[in-house]
Amino acid sequence: MSRLRRAAGRVWQVASIPLLAIVLAFIVAAFVIVVSSVFTSSGLDVFLPLGAYGSLLAGAFGSGTGISNTLVAAAPLILGGLAVGLGFKAGLFNIGVAGQFLVGAFAAAVVGASLAGAPGAVGVSLAMIAGALGGAAFGFIPGLLKARTGAHEVVTTIMLNNAAVLLLTWAVNDLVRAPGFSFPRTGDIGNSALPILLGRNVHLGIPLAVLAVFAVRWLLDRTTNGFEIRTVGQNPNAARYAGMRPVFVTTLTMTLSGLLAGTAGAIQMLGVIGFYAPGITASVGFDSIAVALLGRSDPIGILFAAILFGAFRAGAPLMQIETSVPIEIIDIIQALVILFLAADLIVRRVFRVRATKPVISELATVARTWAGGTPPGGTP
Amino acid sequence: MSEVPAVLEMRGITKRFPTGTLANDAIDLEVRKGEIHALLGENGAGKSTLMNILYGLVTPDEGEIRIDAQPITIHDPADAIARGIGMVHQHFMLIPVLSVAENVVLGQEIVRAGGVLDLSEAGTRINLLAKKLGFDIDPSSKIEGLSVGQQQRVEILKAIYRNARILVLDEPTAVLTPQETREIFEVLRRLRSEGASIIFISHKLDEVLEIADRITVIRRGKVVGSRRPRETNANDLAELMVGRAVSLRVDRGRSHPGESMLEVAGLRAKNDRGQDVLHDIDLSVHAGEIVGIAGVAGNGQEELVEALIGLRKPTGGRIRLGGHDLTHASVDERRDRGMAFVPADRHKYGLVLTYPLDDNLALTRYGDRPFAGGFAGIIRNFRAIAENAIRLMKEFDIRAPDPKVPAGTLSGGNQQKVVVAREFRHDLRLLVLDQPTRGLDVGSIEFIHKQVIGRRDSGAAVLLVSAELDEVLDLSDRVLVMFRGRVVGTFLADEAQREKVGLLMATGGAAA
Repeated sequence: MSRLRRAAGRVWQVASIPLLAIVLAFIVAAFVIVVSSVFTSSGLDVFLPLGAYGSLLAGAFGSGTGISNTLVAAAPLILGGLAVGLGFKAGLFNIGVAGQFLVGAFAAAVVGASLAGAPGAVGVSLAMIAGALGGAAFGFIPGLLKARTGAHEVVTTIMLNNAAVLLLTWAVNDLVRAPGFSFPRTGDIGNSALPILLGRNVHLGIPLAVLAVFAVRWLLDRTTNGFEIRTVGQNPNAARYAGMRPVFVTTLTMTLSGLLAGTAGAIQMLGVIGFYAPGITASVGFDSIAVALLGRSDPIGILFAAILFGAFRAGAPLMQIETSVPIEIIDIIQALVILFLAADLIVRRVFRVRATKPVISELATVARTWAGGTPPGGTP
Repeated sequence: MSEVPAVLEMRGITKRFPTGTLANDAIDLEVRKGEIHALLGENGAGKSTLMNILYGLVTPDEGEIRIDAQPITIHDPADAIARGIGMVHQHFMLIPVLSVAENVVLGQEIVRAGGVLDLSEAGTRINLLAKKLGFDIDPSSKIEGLSVGQQQRVEILKAIYRNARILVLDEPTAVLTPQETREIFEVLRRLRSEGASIIFISHKLDEVLEIADRITVIRRGKVVGSRRPRETNANDLAELMVGRAVSLRVDRGRSHPGESMLEVAGLRAKNDRGQDVLHDIDLSVHAGEIVGIAGVAGNGQEELVEALIGLRKPTGGRIRLGGHDLTHASVDERRDRGMAFVPADRHKYGLVLTYPLDDNLALTRYGDRPFAGGFAGIIRNFRAIAENAIRLMKEFDIRAPDPKVPAGTLSGGNQQKVVVAREFRHDLRLLVLDQPTRGLDVGSIEFIHKQVIGRRDSGAAVLLVSAELDEVLDLSDRVLVMFRGRVVGTFLADEAQREKVGLLMATGGAAA
């Protein structure tokens, strides 16, 4: 019994600030909605936020379709969030999830299309593997650069994001453009599409994403490699002293991070989009950073954060239809959540949380990497 | 004794931590105007908790604080500063990229019209203050370019700038060289003559005897005695502190050196700035022998031990252990061959402060059996990790509520014991010790010295580097003197007189 209470206390200790940041974000966004009601509805409406949030909730969880949409939107965010979170654990800020996601999506699309007529099991497996490896390769590059030369992963991954977009545009235009379409795109994936498990759109990628949550958790908590990743993130000098190789660990972490991001691209491709065309959105890449921050880099936390962000995406259309509150309010809420996470003193003051201040290493990583601090491990 | 009024009175201060530890148990403390009051106690005795209460960082469960006979409550450090309390922490709270002046005025900036920071005015005031205290410091120099001793003065300046009348110094000498210690003592005496009251936290007996006007001894959260320096001596204080008679000198016994274990020949290395700091070092350590390296800090000792353990690439020479060439071996490989290393900087190398004790106690063998196994040898064995922690905590008297608390919550001395406990493995062949007892109290030093001799007697080769010449002389069977990256002298234990070694340390001998 008391063990249960202690466990609950521990959960509250790590989850209280993120949860309260969400609550506060909704409260502040409510003011925005009220003010904007002057322009969007028939006049000042102080109860509009209640209606809007009600519709949002109904849209996300109120029906089978709503729940399906939430899960479908959450799946790539889970994998993307894990990718960013894993990097944070090693003290790395992988902003390249967007690029790794696109490379994964493209690789899955090309392999999937070339196996469109093959048995589904073969096409799906190979296309998924191609996506994962594509992302991994695209994570390996900045990892190796960082480990070997100290080149900052924030800089290299941002540049590689652009490189990915342009490279893939060229590839679709000139290498793998499918004939018979009026715009450049890859061919149909046919049998390589992820099987639908439930309803109209609940695809196999969703349980795979959840499986990845537990795989990453296991890696970090139970294996020596995970211990190395965390140690390099916490104290690279101590890691070297303990006989670990930060060069190897950094490269490994970025590769695994890319693998997760590439898998996110693959399930989105094979489960939702179906073909690669220049201009497909990679917003997952950036939302993943928010998901990882909100989930405090903890795999379970990331799972819940991704479901929340998925629910926003799934519920927003109904909110707009029923209450004319624009979908963009979701972006405001998401931004506010991250703002309050970063400025957690606001949350502590408002809700009078007197919990001991936990170290938010993710935000420290963000701050340190943006400020151009010394890379973990220094020069090899 | 004429009754000088008490500036600060703490009465019946009690603090119980959620874990149940009684950190302060009805502590009374009285500090008078113009007095240096030493607070002496073992690591984890409750000195820091008491001072954190005074500084508003910890709320006491019971007790009263009076300043100038007025009862007050201190909610946070801002309150404490407003009451004239200043604190210099063991780990400095300075911003490295800012200048001295910017650090000193931080939070109390002088602002010109339009909100522009007036640093020249601040600089003038700081210069004035520094002159009064006898500091030689340039307000415009950046903190990161200053020595540890200078940084500490900036901390003191910061407190005085905020009109501190009661200055708390938490183990101020732990990070200083003997020369810097003498200098800081001069500063403290000057402050005292200006009428400031100083609370000096320490566990170094000789320092306390030298600087303090009064000494209050705390053991396990209780005041166990109060002394004046002239009424007491080191043995008396040590006994009060530890609660039993302590031998301040170790009985080294006879060593029985066996075969040569560590062979270093012509070793060269560069420091982090790329300068050559080791020049053709030759040395050997036999099994069952303690070789001490004496030298003023910064003469290459740090680079030598880093090269030995594999954290620094040698630019020349050979390192052999038990006949195996390890010159270019990885840290991991060296550890597998039986090397262990207690680093000088436990926060930089020795510990991961956010990790629980049990992970820290297995940190350097995390990938070996029994701590890892299963599929491909990568599955961590939590039971073995926990058992190891419980055993070592008992064996080395590491005081912590349980093996799951983060290492960062332990007192400095207990943290050091964690590192020592982990590195003193039983299958040891070469033990490299760099400042193994820095920051430890007499009881713990005695314990660790006994352990070092125990490991020697069971056949390990021990290489000891210490800034405490007495420690080197007490423990070593052979003493090498390092000067500017060279070994300039070798002494057998019975011919290593303090004066001779000290002179060689300072001058490097005629040859250099």
